[in-house]
Amino acid sequence: MTVTTQTVTVTVDGVVVEVPAGTLIIRVAEMLGTAIPRFCDHPLLDPVAACRMCLVEIEGQGKPQPSCAVTVSDGMVIKTQHTSEMAEKAQAGVMEFLLINHPLDCPICDKGGECPLQNQAMTNGQGETRFEGTKRTFPKPINVSAQVLLDRERCVSCARCTRFADQIAGDPFIELLERGAKQQVGTSEDQPFDSYFSGNTIQICPVGALTSAKYRFRSRPFDLISTPTACEHCASGCALRTDVRRSTVMRRLAWDAPEVNEEWNCDKGRFAFPYTSEGRLTHPLVRDEAGNLGPASWPEALRVAAAGLAGIGKSTAVLTGGRVTVEDAKAYASFAREVLGTNDVDFRARAVSNEETAFLANHVANKPMDVTYGDLEAAKSVLLVSFEPEDESPIVFLRLRKAALSGTTKVFAVAPYTSAGLAKMKGTLLAAGPREEVSVIASAASHLSGDSVILVGERAAQTPGALTAVAELAAKTGAKLAWIPRRAGDRGALDAGLLPIDGRNTSEIVSATGSAVKGLVIGGVSPEDVDGDLLSAIDKAQFVVSLETRHTEITAEADVVLPVAVVTEKAGTFRNWEGRDRSFAAVIPTPGALSDADVLGELARELGKSLSVSDFWASATKPALKADAASTESVGNGQAVLSTWRHLLDKGSLQSGEPYLAATARVAVVRVSPATAQKLNLVDGGTATVSCCGNSASAPLIVTAGMTDDVVWLPANSEGSSLNLPSGCVVEVSQGGN
Amino acid sequence: MSKVPQVIRGFGVTFLSMFKKVTTEQYPEERDKYPPKPRFHGRHQLNRHPDGLEKCIGCELCAWACPADAIYVEGADNTEEERFSPGERYGRTYQINYLRCILCGLCIEACPTRALTMTNEYELADDSREKLIFTKEDLLAPLLSGMELPPHDMAPGTTAIDYYEGKVGSSPTPTTVKVGDDK
Ligand code: SF4
Ligand code: SF4
Ligand code: SF4
Ligand code: SF4
Ligand code: FES
Repeated sequence: MTVTTQTVTVTVDGVVVEVPAGTLIIRVAEMLGTAIPRFCDHPLLDPVAACRMCLVEIEGQGKPQPSCAVTVSDGMVIKTQHTSEMAEKAQAGVMEFLLINHPLDCPICDKGGECPLQNQAMTNGQGETRFEGTKRTFPKPINVSAQVLLDRERCVSCARCTRFADQIAGDPFIELLERGAKQQVGTSEDQPFDSYFSGNTIQICPVGALTSAKYRFRSRPFDLISTPTACEHCASGCALRTDVRRSTVMRRLAWDAPEVNEEWNCDKGRFAFPYTSEGRLTHPLVRDEAGNLGPASWPEALRVAAAGLAGIGKSTAVLTGGRVTVEDAKAYASFAREVLGTNDVDFRARAVSNEETAFLANHVANKPMDVTYGDLEAAKSVLLVSFEPEDESPIVFLRLRKAALSGTTKVFAVAPYTSAGLAKMKGTLLAAGPREEVSVIASAASHLSGDSVILVGERAAQTPGALTAVAELAAKTGAKLAWIPRRAGDRGALDAGLLPIDGRNTSEIVSATGSAVKGLVIGGVSPEDVDGDLLSAIDKAQFVVSLETRHTEITAEADVVLPVAVVTEKAGTFRNWEGRDRSFAAVIPTPGALSDADVLGELARELGKSLSVSDFWASATKPALKADAASTESVGNGQAVLSTWRHLLDKGSLQSGEPYLAATARVAVVRVSPATAQKLNLVDGGTATVSCCGNSASAPLIVTAGMTDDVVWLPANSEGSSLNLPSGCVVEVSQGGN
Repeated sequence: MSKVPQVIRGFGVTFLSMFKKVTTEQYPEERDKYPPKPRFHGRHQLNRHPDGLEKCIGCELCAWACPADAIYVEGADNTEEERFSPGERYGRTYQINYLRCILCGLCIEACPTRALTMTNEYELADDSREKLIFTKEDLLAPLLSGMELPPHDMAPGTTAIDYYEGKVGSSPTPTTVKVGDDK
């Protein structure tokens, strides 16, 4: 796309510059290195000129003008506070007004020390106030949500938070209420500020009006050591900044990455970090003859692990989980294939299929970065298959919403109902339950062209035929295809070759353990994520080595437990869904902290071998993609087909220890279509129980218009629902429950 | 005069001073005879409101001001159940490292609540590094009569502002302090 930009010539403080027409005065000044004070201006939000701090003089105009909202025109002569007395006086006057009702309680304010109001009061204010009245006060602080606290006295009514909620996240639950001196930010009475992105409002608030419950009173900017990092929670690949005080992480902020997360992130990435210091393994554990797991030295643990693995060699399977860095993934791949000589290796800690294995091998693994966030914005249409961006890759959601609102992109989703996220993207539902997905995908061709992108989520593995249909659709329409997994390490693991080519997949490993599979090497896997009973497989295995950061159900059952470093202690790289490498440095350099790769290297040495960095995919034989057979299980009376995915804030183990975040999680509901509700005798607003194979969950029922019939939707492993089954299961649905 | 040898003249000064009043102070025997000047910069103290609540709000401004990086503060929330100071915030951890402190007093200038002031106590020597890191317990002012040991509620019907404006008197339920209990 070539952009022909018209330029105009303007003068700023006597300097003549040529800039693209339509540039805001404040941006022109920035280009020249002139800082005009501002509060409401934010480059990613529409201008509102709400605070009036950025006033400048424009020759020929009687009154000072807000530079953040006026675009340049040819021949414009602009004078900032540096050359114009009028601008300087206007800015000082605005500052004086802003401070009239400001409580000036900097000593107890979290923003103190990094506050634009403090800074600009010093640079552009006048030092003395002429106000002698009583300041307006409000009770402080009030909870906008469990995590976000609002101190209305401090608000300068810049509308950054409300514009963010409205324009970026699409959750406009905070609003500016009242007028004049009484103006304040508030929430609507019946709805709390429910947003996955609420933390961003805290970060962009130019004063301490919005603060987080988590970081409240924890430290001052001068206490903190800041390190640029990458988020370990999902495949979006956000750039973050981690702030540490005395070897403890105090907070994480969204950091600048224009091509990825712009300047935003989600609340999970921002607040879910206490797990890094909770319940950690401090030393290796080895099971003795009596069967008791006890502490051991590293040399002993490595020796026992090596001896155990040497005995079973090729009949060992390796499960790494999706939290590995690219470096660790390569080490696991080499350790499994070259050191142990097994092909039973899988990174997928979830429901899997051999159709998916073939799809990933042929269409995703080691592919160059050919679909990016930028492509999503430029695409004419985007088709979402088995993928709910708001829950499963929040930055993809933000980008798609931005693209949809700007009118360039139309979003289509193959899903059972119009989710809140899809509505916020102004998307069109191509209604399909798990059983209809394949045919609906095939018929979606009419919405796609060569300028389209198909985004398929990891859940497609739960629907036989879906991935084959998607590949065919892409080939037929010329649309680009990208696969978006949920975990940050998934793509790097795939590229490193942690896929069972000529081997058993996760489910097959679990069921073969005890017979063909004798030993297990397990990385960061939560047993409840795996489709199959991993814990009883561990019971049956002859020898189990667990590389873990914390005490888990798996470490309790393993024969040797080797503690590994968490992300804060090591440097590494996550590869996001685009295939873009997101490297991070060690935030808290910890002597003795070993990454998975370090530990596997030592273990290989103990086995008399070493790890290599060969490119697995260069020589791999990729299996041909063919559709698995669709389920033929009949849906009987009182039954429906389950459709499910996890909420962004779920019961995942990396979110433990953060009660304020947990309190903002969406609570489970059960959804069925009106016809299905009638058929199953379910009442809107009542409680419904969904059960299958001894597993059940009850949640409030919402009868959802436009939803596919004979399908019941319920979030998996989320607040209010411990059900953890794949989509496509036939489940019993009944009224009532506990 | 010039006839007298230089050396004798020199000893003359020595001889005459034998009859002058000595200025040597006997420390520690006569310590209390020579109190420091009232504005001498000695050991710090964390003051209390008249009802015993702590004045420190844990703002860290003292730590920020300190040129020797001698102060360590961690703030925390006052809650309904556990209130240590008026208002939202109090200093949960407070340490001054007297191996670092140069007793310059910049910290007490920075303190917005007059929580931190300096006493005249100058005996700051000990036999371990650890003992010279004074913690909040060491630095808090003694409970005077009328004060109640925090945590306790603010006086009924008052706000933090009333405390700052000096409108709150002593506690109706003061903690009885035995002589010698206060440090
Ligand atoms: S709360 Fe902060 S971001 Fe929101 S309007 Fe007030 S000052 Fe601006
Ligand atoms: S969107 Fe994903 S990568 Fe970004 S902060 Fe949230 S969890 Fe982390
Ligand atoms: S007196 Fe000076 S050196 Fe000592 S703690 Fe205060 S500011 Fe620091
Ligand atoms: S002593 Fe004063 S300056 Fe230091 S933390 Fe307490 S209130 Fe703040
Ligand atoms: S920054 Fe221009 S009016 Fe607020």
